[in-house]
Amino acid sequence: MSHASIQVAPPASLTLNRWVVFWGLMIGVTILLMLSKESLPWAFKYPRAWQIPLAGWITGFMKWLINSFDLGLFTFKEFTRWIALLVEQPYTLVKSLLSTGFLSGVGSDAVQVFPRISWVALVAGVMLFGHYVRDWKLALLVGGCFGYLVVFGQWDSAMVTLSSIIIAVPVGVVGGVLLGIFGHRSHRFRMVLVPILDLMQTVPVFAYLVPVLLLFGFSPVSAMIATIIYAMPPMVRVTLLALEHITTEIVEAGSMAGCSKRQLLWKVLLPSAKHSLMVGVNQVVMLSLNMVIIASMIGAGGLGYDVLTALRRLRIGEGVEAGVAITLLAIALDRLSQAYANRPPPMHSRMQRSLWQRHPHAILFVIVVSVTWLLGIYLPALSTYPESWQITTGSFWGDLVRYINVNYFDALESFKNFLLLNIMVPFKRFLLSLPWIAVVAMVGLGGWQLGGWRLGLLTASMTTFIAVVGLWAKAMVTLYLCGLSVIIACLIGIPIGILAARNERVHRLVSVIIDTLQTLPSFVYLMPVVMLFRVGDFAAMLAVVAYAITPIIRYTDHGIRNIAGDLIEAARQVGMTRGQLLRKVQIPMALPHIMLGVNQTIMMALSMLVITALVGTRELGQEVYIALTKADTGRGIIAGVCVAFIAIMSDRMINAWASRRKREYGLE
Amino acid sequence: MSDLPAGDRPHATEPSVKISCKHVWKVFGTDVASLIATDGSVDEAAFDDGGYIGAVRDASFDVFEGETFVIMGLSGSGKSTLLRCMTRLIEPSTGEIYFESEDLMKVGEAELIDMRRHKMGMVFQHFALLPNRTVLGNVALPLEVQGMARVEREQRALEIVKLVGLEGREQYYPRELSGGQQQRVGIARSLAAEPDIWFLDEPFSALDPLIRREMQDEFMRLQNVLHKTIVFITHDFDEAIRLADRIAIMKDGAIIQIGTPEQLVLNPATDYVEEFTRGIPRAKVLSAGAIMRDVDGDSFAGTVLANVSIETQLDAILNADRGAVFAVHDDAGNTVGALPRDAVVELLSSPPQKE
Repeated sequence: MSHASIQVAPPASLTLNRWVVFWGLMIGVTILLMLSKESLPWAFKYPRAWQIPLAGWITGFMKWLINSFDLGLFTFKEFTRWIALLVEQPYTLVKSLLSTGFLSGVGSDAVQVFPRISWVALVAGVMLFGHYVRDWKLALLVGGCFGYLVVFGQWDSAMVTLSSIIIAVPVGVVGGVLLGIFGHRSHRFRMVLVPILDLMQTVPVFAYLVPVLLLFGFSPVSAMIATIIYAMPPMVRVTLLALEHITTEIVEAGSMAGCSKRQLLWKVLLPSAKHSLMVGVNQVVMLSLNMVIIASMIGAGGLGYDVLTALRRLRIGEGVEAGVAITLLAIALDRLSQAYANRPPPMHSRMQRSLWQRHPHAILFVIVVSVTWLLGIYLPALSTYPESWQITTGSFWGDLVRYINVNYFDALESFKNFLLLNIMVPFKRFLLSLPWIAVVAMVGLGGWQLGGWRLGLLTASMTTFIAVVGLWAKAMVTLYLCGLSVIIACLIGIPIGILAARNERVHRLVSVIIDTLQTLPSFVYLMPVVMLFRVGDFAAMLAVVAYAITPIIRYTDHGIRNIAGDLIEAARQVGMTRGQLLRKVQIPMALPHIMLGVNQTIMMALSMLVITALVGTRELGQEVYIALTKADTGRGIIAGVCVAFIAIMSDRMINAWASRRKREYGLE
Repeated sequence: MSDLPAGDRPHATEPSVKISCKHVWKVFGTDVASLIATDGSVDEAAFDDGGYIGAVRDASFDVFEGETFVIMGLSGSGKSTLLRCMTRLIEPSTGEIYFESEDLMKVGEAELIDMRRHKMGMVFQHFALLPNRTVLGNVALPLEVQGMARVEREQRALEIVKLVGLEGREQYYPRELSGGQQQRVGIARSLAAEPDIWFLDEPFSALDPLIRREMQDEFMRLQNVLHKTIVFITHDFDEAIRLADRIAIMKDGAIIQIGTPEQLVLNPATDYVEEFTRGIPRAKVLSAGAIMRDVDGDSFAGTVLANVSIETQLDAILNADRGAVFAVHDDAGNTVGALPRDAVVELLSSPPQKE
C-alpha cells in the first residue's frame, strides 16, 4: 500500500504544476492580446468573411423540402398535412367533449348539437380520481384547483389546454416507451439515440417551434406536435433507464421460464419497470403542460395564449389570473400523476367482490357524467358556469401593482440600477471585450483538464462553432446573464439547502415550496418580474434565478443528507462542533452532489433565459424568437443549437469533475 | 440425510449422464476471439499474458441422472457464471455442453426457448419474483408462456403451491411474504413445468440461518419425492456437505476437485480444499466403510452399514461397551470389515484434521 502511494504521489503533484503553468500562460497571452487589440482585430471580432452561412443553408433546405420535395406518390407538404390531419381528429374529439361541445356547421353559424361535459362532472371526476389514487385530502386539493378554474372564468381556456395535454401525453408516452424499447434492444440504435436525446433536451423550447411552425402551419395541431416532440425525450430516457435497472435475476428468471423475446418484454420487463415508467409519465405530463403554454405562440390557444396577450398588452390583472390558473392546473396534474405513480402496490384479497366493490370510483364517475350531461341540455348552468357567478380579482392585481409602483418605485428602481451599473453591465462589457480566440482556447483547456483531451477537443470545437456561425456577441450575452443568474441562485440556494439539511422543519417547508415552484411552467415566472421591474436584463435575471433555484436547493439538501451516518457519527465522536462538521465533513463530501445541482441549475437557467427573450433580453433566445416571428428556420435552429452547445459543454465539464471527485471518494 | 446415502450413488446403479460439460471457458477481456483456436481450445500461454479474466476456466464434468451435484466456491470463483453457461443465460467463450447428448451450444434460439420451457427449471438467489403478480401468477408464468390455457395452468400451479407448503397464500403478492416463503414461490415456479434438470443458484444464501436450515430440509423432502437431476450452487461448505451427492470445488474460475463429500474430506486435492474441510465434523461426512479396519476376530457387538455415515449410526455404536467391535456390512449383507467403538470415539474427540 505504502509502496503504491509513494509511486503515485510525484506524478500527481507534477500534473498540478503542469495545469498551473498552462493556465498562467493562457491568461498571460490573453492579457497580451487585449493590450495589442489594434493590431489583431480578427482575434476580437470574428471576421464576417470567415463566417459560414449555415443558417441560410438550413432555411434553403427547408424551403426546398416544403415547396418542391416530391416523394413520388405525394409531396412532402402533403405528407405533413396528413400527419396534421391524423393528430387533429382525436384532438377535435377531446376538445368537443371538454370545451366546445359537438357542433354542426362552421364558424359563427355553428349550432351546438350536443353539449360538452359539464364542469360539475369534471370537477367531480378529478376529485374521484384524487380519492382513488391517494385520499380525500388530494381530492379536496385538486377539487379546489379545478374549482378556481370554474369560479374565476378560466374554464374555457383551461379546457383547451387540457385537451392538448390529453392527446399529447399518451402519444408522447407510447412513442417514448417504444423508442426506449428499441434503444434497449439494439445497442447500435442507442448509440444514435442518446446524443440526439441530449441535444433535444438542451435545445431551447422555442427552437422546436420554428420548424414545426413551418411544416404544420399556425394551428393548435402544430402546437401539439411540438409538444409531443418536446415531451418525449425524457420518457425515452426513463424507459431506457428503467429497463436497464431491472435486476439481472428477474430477466434471467423470465428467460429460464422460457419466455420468447416478446413475452419477456410484455410479461416480465415492462411490468417490472412499471413504477419507474409511471415517474416518466409524470414528467411527460408536466413538460407537456409547459410546452403547451409556450406553444401558444404558434397557435395553441388556451391559458398560455391568455398569459401571452396579457403580457403583450401589459394587462397585469388578467395575466395574473391566467397565470394562477396555469399554476393550479399544473399543481393538480402533478399531484394526481405523482400519486398515481406512487400508488401503494396491490394487496391480496380474500374473496371475489362485486363490480361495485372493485370499481366504485369509475362507476360513480360514469353516473355523474351521464346525469349532468343529460341535465345540461335543459339546464345550461351545468354546461357553462354562468358569467354572473364568476369572480374576478383582475382589478385587485392591477391596483396592487399600481400601489407598489407609486410607493416603492424609487426603492425598486435604485436597487435595480445599482445592480445594473455596478455588476451586470461591467461583467457584460468584460465578457464582450474578450478575444474569441482566447475564450476558445480557455474552454478547450478547461475541458482537457477536467475530462481529458477528448472533452477538451469537444468543448473547443463547440465554442468555435458559435464563432463560426456569427453568434459570438449574443452567446456572450447569454453567458453573462446565465452566469450571473446561476451565481445568484447558488448564493441564495446553497445556504437554504444547507439549512434544510440540518433542520427538519425548514426541510419540510422548503420541500413544499420547491415542489410547487418546480411544477410551474416557465412562462408563469415572467408575470411578477415584469410587473415590478418592467422589461430588460434585470427582470429577466430575476425570472431566471427564481426558475433555476430549485435544483441547487434540492441537491444541496439531498447531498448533505445522504452522507453516510457513520461518518457523521465518527466526526461527532472526534468532538467537532456543528460548524466544523459542516465545513470539514458535510460540505466537502456533498460537493460532488452539489455540483450536479449547479449543473441542473445551469440547464434550467439556459432554458428559462431563452424564454426571457419575450421581456427584451438580447441574447441567443432573442435570435430564436426573431426567427420564430419571421419563420426563418435556419436562424432559429442555429441559435438553438448554440444554446444547446453551451448547455452540453457545461454539463460535460461539471459531470467530468463530479464523477472524478466521486471516484476519488470511493462513492461510485 | 438418512434417506440419501452420501457417496457413490452414481456408480451403484450406473445412471446415465444428464449434462456433460467439456472444456468450458468463459473469458472476459478485449479480443477474446483471438484466444480461441479453431478447434475450440484456448491458448493458455496467451491467456496468462493477455490480461484476460477467466470467469470459468476449462471446466469439465458430468452430472448424472437423479444426482445432486453441488458446485461450491467463494464469491468470484465463477460458480454462478458456470451455471449460467450451462443454461446459456451467458454464452460460454468456448467448450461443449451436452444436454442428454444434445449439443447445447448448437441449438438455435427457438429450440433453446423450448428446452427452457420444458426441461430446465431455475431458482435464484434473490428469488427474482415478479412483484406485480400474485404467488399463483408467478408460479404459473412458465406455463403461461408455453401457451397453456388459464384454467389448466392455474390448476397445475395450485398443486405445486400446495407441494411447497404455501396453500392458502396463492393470492398473496411477493412482498407480503417472508424471505423463506418467497423462495418457496421461487422453487414452485422452477418446478411448474416439471423440468428434467433443476438449477439452483445459491437458493438459500439470502435467508437467515434458521430459515436456511428449514429450507434445506424442505429441499431434501422435495428431492425425495421428485428425484430431479440437480445442479446446486453454494458458497457454504456445510450446505454442500449436507445436500450433495457430489461436490465440485471451484477457485478462480477453475474446478479444483470433484468428489463425494467423503472423498473431499478424506483426500483433499489441495490445501485450499483442505481448508474448507477442516471445520467439518468427521462423523457427519465419513461412512463406516471409510474408517473400518480389517476383520480381526469374530465376536461383534453388532453390525453397522458400510455405506451409511457414522453420525446416523452413532447411537448404537456409543451405547455399546468400551472395547466393543462392530461388524461392517456392505449393501448385500457381507461382512467387509470391523469397526471398533474406540475408533469412533477417537474420531469424535480428535479435532478435525487431515487424516
